[in-house]
Amino acid sequence: MKPAENAASLTMQTVASPHAHGGNSVSRTMFRVQVALLPATLYGFWLYGWPSFFLWLLTILSCVGFEAMSLKLGGVTRIRPTLLDGSAVLTGWLLAMTLPPWAPWWVAVLGGFIAIVIGKQVFGGIGQNVFNPAMVARVALLVSFPLPLTLWITPLPLSGAVAPDFVASLRIFLTSLPVPDAMTSATLLGHAKTELSRGVDLAQALSGAPLMSWMGMRGGSFGESAALLILAGGLYLMATRVITWHAPLAVLAGVAIPAAIAHGVNPAHFLSVEAHLLSGALMLGAFFIATDYVTSPNTTAGQIIFGLGIGFLTWVIRSVGGYPEGMAFAVLLMNALTPVIDRFVKPRVLGRDRKGRPLDIPEKA
Amino acid sequence: MGFMKHFKHLFGNDWGVHPEDHKRPAADQPVRVMPLPARLYLPLQQHLGGPARPAVLVGQQVKKGELIAEAQGAVSAPIHAPTSGTIVAVTEITAPHPSGLSLPAIIIEPDGLDEWTELNACADPFALDPADIGKRVAAAGVVGLGGAAFPAAVKLSGAKRSSVTTLVMNGGECEPYLSCDDRQMRDSAAGIVDGIRIMLHATGAAKALVGIEDNKPEAIAAMRAAAASFSNVEICPVPARYPMGSEKQLIQALTGKEVPADGLAFDIGVLVHNVGTALAVRAAIREGKPLISRLVTVNGQCMANPGNIEVRIGTLAEEVIAFAGGLKGEGLGLARRVMGGPMMGMQIPHWRVPVVKGTSGILAFDAAEVAAQAPDPCIRCGSCVKACPMGLLPLEMSARIRVEAYDEAIGLGLKDCIACGCCAYVCPSKIPLVQYFVHAKGELAAQGRAKLRNDATKKLAQQRQDRLAREAREKAEAAAKRKAEREAAAAAKAAAEASGQTQGQTQGQTQGEAA
Repeated sequence: MKPAENAASLTMQTVASPHAHGGNSVSRTMFRVQVALLPATLYGFWLYGWPSFFLWLLTILSCVGFEAMSLKLGGVTRIRPTLLDGSAVLTGWLLAMTLPPWAPWWVAVLGGFIAIVIGKQVFGGIGQNVFNPAMVARVALLVSFPLPLTLWITPLPLSGAVAPDFVASLRIFLTSLPVPDAMTSATLLGHAKTELSRGVDLAQALSGAPLMSWMGMRGGSFGESAALLILAGGLYLMATRVITWHAPLAVLAGVAIPAAIAHGVNPAHFLSVEAHLLSGALMLGAFFIATDYVTSPNTTAGQIIFGLGIGFLTWVIRSVGGYPEGMAFAVLLMNALTPVIDRFVKPRVLGRDRKGRPLDIPEKA
Repeated sequence: MGFMKHFKHLFGNDWGVHPEDHKRPAADQPVRVMPLPARLYLPLQQHLGGPARPAVLVGQQVKKGELIAEAQGAVSAPIHAPTSGTIVAVTEITAPHPSGLSLPAIIIEPDGLDEWTELNACADPFALDPADIGKRVAAAGVVGLGGAAFPAAVKLSGAKRSSVTTLVMNGGECEPYLSCDDRQMRDSAAGIVDGIRIMLHATGAAKALVGIEDNKPEAIAAMRAAAASFSNVEICPVPARYPMGSEKQLIQALTGKEVPADGLAFDIGVLVHNVGTALAVRAAIREGKPLISRLVTVNGQCMANPGNIEVRIGTLAEEVIAFAGGLKGEGLGLARRVMGGPMMGMQIPHWRVPVVKGTSGILAFDAAEVAAQAPDPCIRCGSCVKACPMGLLPLEMSARIRVEAYDEAIGLGLKDCIACGCCAYVCPSKIPLVQYFVHAKGELAAQGRAKLRNDATKKLAQQRQDRLAREAREKAEAAAKRKAEREAAAAAKAAAEASGQTQGQTQGQTQGEAA
């Protein structure tokens, strides 16, 4: 053996095959999801101005900060590589997308705490949590602080004159100044729920302002109103093999099918398919939340069941429940069912039938 | 439709992986024939099954092709001298295995004459009895050259017994980096087709389907030309996808049939052989030549001059590499030494291990190629589930194995795992999944052995107890019997005495009377 090769041998470890790797990594996957979120996020900044940017930034910082703290308290030695895998950033990013764009600073900090500490680290960290951390935080915030969590700003594009400047925005963000009524509006789902509870039917209630649009020019959470941009991000994730079509399509179908039937039967009482698909968190939920690796089933058949469940529960909560939007609740409910789905839905093993029994050996002629 | 091609993978059955094949430029280089090395190291165990038994003595002169170790047991293969020379030792050498443990081998010092022994050639194999072909192939020590090294004759005669109808020839060579099968199909297509026809004759199968991955267009063309005049040999291009060359996957791709989980390919009327094996079978029958050399791919970023080399069995990898042009920078960038392919091959501890019958490649990888990295936690992404060609749940199995719940892992299909490595290849967290499965299988085998031993011990203990109990009982019975006898005897005696007395008295009386 040559001296050079001898030196190289010193660092070699004996390992099992394979001796090659496809090159995928956790951080690359997380990075791609963030790239996919970028168009809708940038558009959200443009729609809702500087306060939404501060909210986005602080939510992410809060998640990363609480992640670092938890890892340190947990005695984890590889803190930096764990933070660099990008999962905490992604959790913060997704949570911010679902928050009202002008939510105050403490919502971001508290949301980060709930998502990372309660939603993820108490279960054992990455890969161990049962529930989607961003959705846990979203639901906890909503039921604890209904007012700031349902304050929907009318889109005020940054190019317009009425948008608050940087300093004014910082003040709005840090001091929770009351937002003038004129700058807020109800979401389509909220509006429909309120009007229906007042006995006004939908034909009348929806004849007013443009509450719904493909480009997201409507009141709503900071990052989830632009259905088209979110769809584009979802297609990018499919093209790069980060996600498959099963869960997203199932979520959309789970909402669209009951919506089509109910709207067909009673249009005065049930929203149309289009209104459902373009409202609330549905697109974001279908492509970015229902596809969360950790909290969804790991077979494609399981993912279809999971997605249909989320879609259907969302429609039920929206249509007959107390809250105008039900995506986050539906996701958490189906998260709880994921282990059950994984237990019963398994791929067929080659050479075995669906129940795992070996295929019959054909009789010899 | 350029845009849509990015979405094609979303539909249909997408098992397996598509690694960079790294086959060229090595595959395009002409074969180099390696001259005789200084010594040849021939392990007695180069095949699946029982090791061969040495049939020579130290100091003995042997001719090229002479039997030096004979098959032992039903599944085994003999070993022949790769050249003429002297047997210098029958001893232990480092095995071509990651453990670096030793195994018995015969060492030959070539005399440089390379003189053949007398060969039992056959001009017309198709006049031979199929059983006779099996015997000749067995005598020539031919084993599967794809890597598993299962004795070829055992499969041929088994196929004949099971009335196999289809011979599936594996020219897939789905392992990246390797190109020895590709090279042989390009260079010796006629010989391979002849070998296939001999195998058809030996097994009685009606037709042969030759599966070749579509990344080898030259091999497909050459094989098509060679098979053109034989209607029972069909060349079937298959998509390049790892592990297409795995037996169950190739059978499914070519025949649409599925091998039952607890059955064999025979059970559905199929026999699978490697194309390289066909060439070895042909040589064994037509020329009577035993398997004493093979084509080995020398490849990897650290190899100065990759290519395919005709090597005598028993040549040290070190000498093969030296002949091939050595390592780049004297091996400074070397990160891993591998024998076989990168997906299923074995890491070896150093280059002083011999090429054996199943050695398809000698690979020298740099750090970038092996991409070694400490594993991250599982994020349940399911990549391994999508990649698994057997339809298993690698992430669930490894989670069970981590907590030593081996029975649950078996329930999830551990025993169906073919260790192809797709799961570990795609894992974003770089979890060494195959290592988990290999470990679990080893652990289960050890448990099985321990159980056998335990059962045997228990049985012995039980038997001893039974024996002691029986002995005690017998003793007691004997004692009781003796006692009874004694008592009986005593009673008899007493009775006798009593009667003797009376008798005596009577006697006395009588005597007295008589007196």
